[in-house]
Amino acid sequence: MTSIAARTAAEISQRGRIRSAAFQGFFEGSIKATLIALTLLSVLTTVVIIAVLVEETIGFFTMADHPEISLWSFFTGTEWSPLLGAKPLFGVLPLISGTLLVTAIAGIFAMPVGLLTAVFLSEYASPRTRSILKSVLEVLAGVPTVVYGFFALTFITPYLLQPLSSSFGTYNAMGAGIAVGIMILPIVCSLSEDALRTVPQSLRDGAYALGATKFDVTAKVVIPAGLSGVVAAFLLALTRAIGETMIVALAAGGLAQLTVNPSQQVQTMTAYMVQIFLGDAPAAGVEYRSSYAVAFTLFLITFIMTWTGAIILKRYREEYE
Amino acid sequence: MEQPTTTSTPHSHSGSPSIGEPMTLRNDTAIEMQNLSAWYSKNQVLHAIDLDIAAKQVCAFIGPSGCGKSTLLRWLNRMNDTIPGARATGKIALHGVSLLDSALDVVDLRRRVGMVFQKPNPFPKSIFDNVAFGPRLHRIYSRTDLEELVEQSLRASALWDEVKDRLTSSALGLSGGQQQRLCIARAIAVGPELLLMDEPCSALDPRSTASIEELIRELRATYTIVIVTHNMQQASRVSDSTAFFYEGKLVETGPTDVLFTTPKERRTEDYVTGRFG
Ligand SMILES: Nc1ncnc2c1ncn2[C@@H]1O[C@H](COP(=O)(O)OP(=O)(O)OP(=O)(O)O)[C@@H](O)[C@H]1O
Ligand SMILES: [Mg+2]
Repeated sequence: MTSIAARTAAEISQRGRIRSAAFQGFFEGSIKATLIALTLLSVLTTVVIIAVLVEETIGFFTMADHPEISLWSFFTGTEWSPLLGAKPLFGVLPLISGTLLVTAIAGIFAMPVGLLTAVFLSEYASPRTRSILKSVLEVLAGVPTVVYGFFALTFITPYLLQPLSSSFGTYNAMGAGIAVGIMILPIVCSLSEDALRTVPQSLRDGAYALGATKFDVTAKVVIPAGLSGVVAAFLLALTRAIGETMIVALAAGGLAQLTVNPSQQVQTMTAYMVQIFLGDAPAAGVEYRSSYAVAFTLFLITFIMTWTGAIILKRYREEYE
Repeated sequence: MEQPTTTSTPHSHSGSPSIGEPMTLRNDTAIEMQNLSAWYSKNQVLHAIDLDIAAKQVCAFIGPSGCGKSTLLRWLNRMNDTIPGARATGKIALHGVSLLDSALDVVDLRRRVGMVFQKPNPFPKSIFDNVAFGPRLHRIYSRTDLEELVEQSLRASALWDEVKDRLTSSALGLSGGQQQRLCIARAIAVGPELLLMDEPCSALDPRSTASIEELIRELRATYTIVIVTHNMQQASRVSDSTAFFYEGKLVETGPTDVLFTTPKERRTEDYVTGRFG
């Protein structure tokens, strides 16, 4: 009795194992298929987005009732006034300069502050201080960008900038730039800190053993050794700043002008797109189409930046390998 | 032991005899330790060590893993200052200067005491910049002689011929053994009188090990050297005296040939003959 029962149990479990092996194979296979499908989905999304951008951009440049629009006039024109009635002008340079001005202000603020904070966190702060500061940075990273835009309008401009100079208007590049800078600060900071902390302790020890002070070790060993990561952090943060929309739509103004004066209002490429899509521009109209050309230009700029960054990093790595 | 062969040296210290001076001076004491105990937080790892180390000789620290050799070495240049909770009592003197004095200038101490680590740790900079790092840090060169100082240091570490045509290329492109000799050159360049080496060959292949050992024998003419090693043959090949540690205590010390052939303590004998550890 017992032996039969035992044998049956053994057979069942044997069969069970065979079935579960087959099931296992099926399971693994379907997981792989799902993952491939999801990967294809994201590739497909990218392709579709680029295709739409390209198609609409071509449409913009080949509009029958606007023969004056050409690649040349678009990229060299210094006046952007698409909504001005009878004779709209589509020279994208003011939008590019507005974008770069805000990004430059953000970078000038966020890169040094972010790097120094990262240095403090990675080299000087006690574990307790570090964890407190890092949670503050996380809060900063979680603030919706519309709040930063609001902050620029209601605090930075009236309380910090306007007391300095009466030339600052309600909307200006400086206030928006600083707010974008605050927004990208956590990115600069946490990525740079990662880069600095991955510098091996043995290098720090080597420098200390030669009589280096903490400052020497940080400035002459840790930062140079972590530079590639720091540069990557800067580039990522600047790319993020270029694409930022909400802050500039709220605080930089709505007037596209070719200027480097940070007290003036400027319009960025992203802010223009918001203006068009939130306004009542007809879907086949020239203003509507122009925003695709602007989007495509923005895409090219960020693409070139990412690409340049990759080349810089590669050179740097080759140098030290 | 064989006579040290000549070696070029970038610096001459006042009070340090140069190569041609009488042998009697080689028995000067460089380091004196009295009743030295050390802790990491509450954990005592060195117990009342009394040890003298002679100048211009190679002293080997041997003993089983965890017995405190590295800890002791790292008190000789106060590297333990960088470890929270590390402290020591007793006395260490380097040529009469008390090293555990809280008022001691550790930057100056570390200029006088070079250290070579277990794993070669060149900076990710050029070969030249690695060697020039210390001199630049301490501004102990005039612009014209920095190149000369780098060359002398690289010659002294027997690396010059291999790297003289690529001083500007990255130090990370060197082999492990070359990197370790570069680290020795880097330490030599600031003109130390004492060199500390913590298992300097343990990450190297036999050929590189042989070249480092030969280098150590040459450097003995100019520097006092303390080397930690797990390799008994290495200790007997390179050192003049040996100190055997066990569980944080100094068990026995003496001339290397005596300690290896006729040790006084049973535990020393067991260890050097490989019966434990
Ligand atoms: N940073 C540290 N913090 C706390 N304890 C430590 C630290 N470094 C070493 N110790 C402890 O101190 C004791 C002595 O360590 P030490 O590194 O000096 O030994 P060692 O003789 O060099 O060993 P090995 O031959 O393995 O290198 C060990 O018990 C070790 O666990
Ligand atoms: Mg050790």
